[in-house]
Amino acid sequence: MSAVSHSPRNIPDRLESPFKSALKSWEMLLIIVAIAIFVANSFASPYFLNPWSLSDATFNFTEKAIIALAMAMVIISGEIDLSVASIIALASTAMGFALQFGVDTPTLVAIGLLVGVACGAFNGMLVSGLGLPSIVVTIGTMSLFRGIAYIVLGDQAFRGYPSDFAFFGQGYVWWVISFELVLFLALAVVFYIILHRTSFGRSVFAIGNNPVAAQFSGIRVRRIKFILFILTGLMSGVAAVLLTSRLGSTRPSIAFAWELEVVTMVVLGGVSILGGAGSIFGVVIAAFIMGLVTFGLGLLNVPGIVMSIFIGLMLISVIGLPVVIRRVRARMAA
Amino acid sequence: MKALLKHRELILVAAIAVLIGLISLRFPAFIAPRNMVRVFDDTSILAILALGQMLVILTRCIDLSMAANLALCGMVMAMLNAAFPGIPMPLLLAVGISLGAGLGAINGLLVWKLDIPSIVVTLGTMTIFRGSIFLLSSGQWVNAHQMSDAFKALPRAVMLGLPVSSWIAIAVIGLFVLLMSRTPLGRSFYAVGVNPTASVYTGIDVGRTRFFAFTIAGAVAGLAGYLWVARYAVAYVDIAGGFELQIIAACVIGGISIAGGIGTVGGAVLGALFLGVVNNALPVINVSPFAQMAISGAVIVIAVIFNARNERKKGRIILKKAEKAEVAP
Repeated sequence: MSAVSHSPRNIPDRLESPFKSALKSWEMLLIIVAIAIFVANSFASPYFLNPWSLSDATFNFTEKAIIALAMAMVIISGEIDLSVASIIALASTAMGFALQFGVDTPTLVAIGLLVGVACGAFNGMLVSGLGLPSIVVTIGTMSLFRGIAYIVLGDQAFRGYPSDFAFFGQGYVWWVISFELVLFLALAVVFYIILHRTSFGRSVFAIGNNPVAAQFSGIRVRRIKFILFILTGLMSGVAAVLLTSRLGSTRPSIAFAWELEVVTMVVLGGVSILGGAGSIFGVVIAAFIMGLVTFGLGLLNVPGIVMSIFIGLMLISVIGLPVVIRRVRARMAA
Repeated sequence: MKALLKHRELILVAAIAVLIGLISLRFPAFIAPRNMVRVFDDTSILAILALGQMLVILTRCIDLSMAANLALCGMVMAMLNAAFPGIPMPLLLAVGISLGAGLGAINGLLVWKLDIPSIVVTLGTMTIFRGSIFLLSSGQWVNAHQMSDAFKALPRAVMLGLPVSSWIAIAVIGLFVLLMSRTPLGRSFYAVGVNPTASVYTGIDVGRTRFFAFTIAGAVAGLAGYLWVARYAVAYVDIAGGFELQIIAACVIGGISIAGGIGTVGGAVLGALFLGVVNNALPVINVSPFAQMAISGAVIVIAVIFNARNERKKGRIILKKAEKAEVAP
């Protein structure tokens, strides 16, 4: 049925101007949505337009957004990593465990990042080394990693992180600009360069579009996928440091079910879940949209679970509406 | 190919038998018929759900919303029962199953008509269903004393030595065997999964087949919703939270290929039973309940590695006849 509705390929006699095509892009749609939400929020609550509350709003999503940057690359390459939240739990538990031996802050951070990398390498080994489907592998490691955290902690919690450790999740670089936000924006630039300005990034797109063709054109598919999983693990480690520092404690249920929010952020950002398409810029705007929505609804005393309805509806309608519009247009043209 | 599939199920049966054997060496009470019935009954909900998920996975999709669907249907049935205890059980069950099927049909329609990838659709509906439970119940619990006795007693009632919930599971398994082996729809699930393009040319509507897979999975989730709520005699927002992954895990352990097209009713049921035996054995052999998550994670990873090896072997035999000759002697 859908096969029939495809029109024969039109080749335009001249390319659209870059300005015009930018206007029609996914990112433009997201920016408009973001502005609409921003304006709606400022009308809905008098407390919204205040630099400090806006700064608070960023804490809601920066940790997830940092993982989403790496997740975007994994999804573009045609894989997925559902174990990211569990990596946070394990990395945070490892930091809390090391804390019992009185290690200093730099060591704590190093441990968090290293555990993240190790977990990512484990996923990468299973997916690219053994050629297993990433969705099932990471469903397994998702239970495995968080399960280890539960074995270590049970119903206990690690507390008493050193006071200088608190800077990562609670510190401000300048005025209302938090360290978390600055780190997220810096990482976004780094990921933008990696994905859109290097041959490595082009290979990621190539793999997502056609892994077999990519392999035959000399791209080391397995190695790149392995690196992508390590990168996602590393970013989960970063998020673990930030979140542990912000909360000041570790429980095994830390960051529970975040993986779905991270994936939602990435898909909302215009990354194709089938791989091969997407941009870091879109993911960054999507992160801000999700942050603004949850914060705005929070100001209106909407409970978290009801917000998730909005997020779910937004996810489906943002993906589905363009399809509907395209169909209606095609019908009107015909 | 069929011999190989049967082979895999035999391996799973052997694995379950060895597991039960090892446990009963230390704790003979585990293998007592009464306990075995309890383990089977405990697994019946997971087995029913795994069958529904199997259909969806066979058609190259995935349903992450099954546990949320279960919880929503369970809550609706519990609230209906609390508000109108007079509604007869068959009618209430019919309402729950149709509601589940309707929710599943929403997933199916979005996948079919809008071509949205199933993982995105069900990720979205999962949170929407969960949120709806909160809106519906305003966060309140439906407790045991609010439910009628008939509502709570049905799954526990014993018939011919087995609780009714086990019989329901057996009936569902029977229906699925018939569906998969005796109906065109059942065969088309396989066809769509093995080769969607070829299915189109043989006159199978891929989208419509997926729609039916999601609808049946939803109906099954509605049924499981009743069993869950009646069994534990409580309904709240978070029941069966995270259970969607257990369901997928049961399918994967049962040898259902996440790439679609490969899997059997027996495999799904055995996969669920394997998880059920593991989960029931842990407290018996004195493993901390906190270790359960890590162990089921490890089981999933091992099962994936194991299945992938089987699948790869099969692929080679089909593709390269020379290799088959090499392997045969």
